[in-house]
Amino acid sequence: MIIAEQKTLEEIKQIVAGYNKLLVVGCGTCVTVCFAGGEKEVGILASELRMARQMDGQQLETVERTIQRQCEWEFVDQLKDAIEDCDAILSMGCGVGVQGLAERFPTKVVLPALNTKGMALTVQEGLWAERCAGCGNCVLDKFGGVCPIARCSKSLQNGPCGGSVNGKCEIDPEIDCGWQLVYDRMKAINMLDKLYEVQEIKDWSTARDGGPRRINREDLRL
Amino acid sequence: MKAGSNLERVLEAGHFAVTAELGPPKSADAKVIHDKAETLKGNCDAVNITDNQTAMVRMSSIAAGTIALQHGLDPVIQMTCRDRNRICMQSDLLGAYALGVRNVLCLSGDHQRFGNHPQAKNVYDVDSMQLIRMVKNMRDEKKFQCGEAIKVEPRFFIGAAANPFADPFEFRPIRLGKKVAAGADFAQTQLVYNVEKFINFMEIVRKMGIHEKIYILPGVGPIKSGKAAEMMATTVPGLEVPDEIVQRMKKAEDPKAEGISICLEIIDRVRQIPGVAGIHIMAIEWEKAVPDIVQRAGLLPRPVIEVVEEPQEPPAQKPA
Repeated sequence: MIIAEQKTLEEIKQIVAGYNKLLVVGCGTCVTVCFAGGEKEVGILASELRMARQMDGQQLETVERTIQRQCEWEFVDQLKDAIEDCDAILSMGCGVGVQGLAERFPTKVVLPALNTKGMALTVQEGLWAERCAGCGNCVLDKFGGVCPIARCSKSLQNGPCGGSVNGKCEIDPEIDCGWQLVYDRMKAINMLDKLYEVQEIKDWSTARDGGPRRINREDLRL
Repeated sequence: MKAGSNLERVLEAGHFAVTAELGPPKSADAKVIHDKAETLKGNCDAVNITDNQTAMVRMSSIAAGTIALQHGLDPVIQMTCRDRNRICMQSDLLGAYALGVRNVLCLSGDHQRFGNHPQAKNVYDVDSMQLIRMVKNMRDEKKFQCGEAIKVEPRFFIGAAANPFADPFEFRPIRLGKKVAAGADFAQTQLVYNVEKFINFMEIVRKMGIHEKIYILPGVGPIKSGKAAEMMATTVPGLEVPDEIVQRMKKAEDPKAEGISICLEIIDRVRQIPGVAGIHIMAIEWEKAVPDIVQRAGLLPRPVIEVVEEPQEPPAQKPA
């Protein structure tokens, strides 16, 4: 899923400064699961913003709504009745959600309340960690199901750098060395010899480097 | 001869090679390079010019290498994968060759997290293994990475790094073997302080026959103080300094002299390991220690190899 975390209240206050009636929109999918922008967080943030504004001797009116997904028109359209008299929309969706709202309501100001952090796994309650970099050309078959592009800090494809110590990455003792994980997995599934092969230079044109990506399925289009 | 650099000639002739590190300054001051070059001249066969080591902005390795060339030194340009994509790397390789550089050491590079610009974007378009292969293909296939032909190809003696002290240990000789397969001609290792572990590493390397396909130069270097020894032992990932050495450095009355003594002892030991083709001295910001170390290790004078033919002269310098 997509993970995100809330910007600091201070930053959000600055972002919404000057707007007096805000539509605060939550998203019921990924950011609800990672406790960043679901219905509950919408309620908390809206009241925090109102209180903060009050302490500055001013008023802020908020309308709170949470839709199932900010990345699909059928749900975004449910906001139509609520946007009319608001002077800005504060989205608590991921970066895709913010843009979904902006695209659907072209004359409205749409502002972000979250920082989107990537595609991740819920490792345990309260801990999410990136697993996929979306390079557009999956290589997981070569590395035992552990992605060196996403999990090695240098995206190395031919083995660990000289900074791998006790299974940890040189940049942070909290981060596992992606290559130690690849090595252990390949050993466990008896495929270490695969790691002897030199991986040729990657074609990054399928990644973001090749420009904004899209998938066009003619067979599904109306 | 693949590139005809002095380092390649010395190694090909079967001499025990000595390379030394020359760190460019964190400024535009050419004098620093001139001074360090004069210190190292005659005391080594080639000088490694570091490429923004520890991700600190320093003078370009190619520019500093060109200054070293003016002193008659044979520069080994270090090139990391951190800051440049394949377009820039190949462009810089063409430029370095045109300026007279004949050796390149291909490295992953320290992550920018360690440096003075931790907010920089990290590139890693290519990894060190792929860089080695790219430099080899430019030389031997006369092709750019994209497959297009190069009219005048850059002919480099290709270096790789090896770290026997990082994990997983079992993969380290394999990784060096991969670098040979990718096209590396010589390897310089991380600083060796745990000689026992390096001996183990070399044993596996010999069993795999890797030492017959690549010149291996273990890294050695004098430690300046007890505090430095402790710091190296505890804070540098992938560097192993045994406690015995830390204690010796801390107890020493003259730590600098002790650091040089330890370095000489290590040189003595690694020289005896079969498959070791030379040493790489990393006297970080202490280049002045190098002449003393080389002399006391009995490695002077450095061999002078007659250059019979000069096929590597860049075309720009040839008379029209």
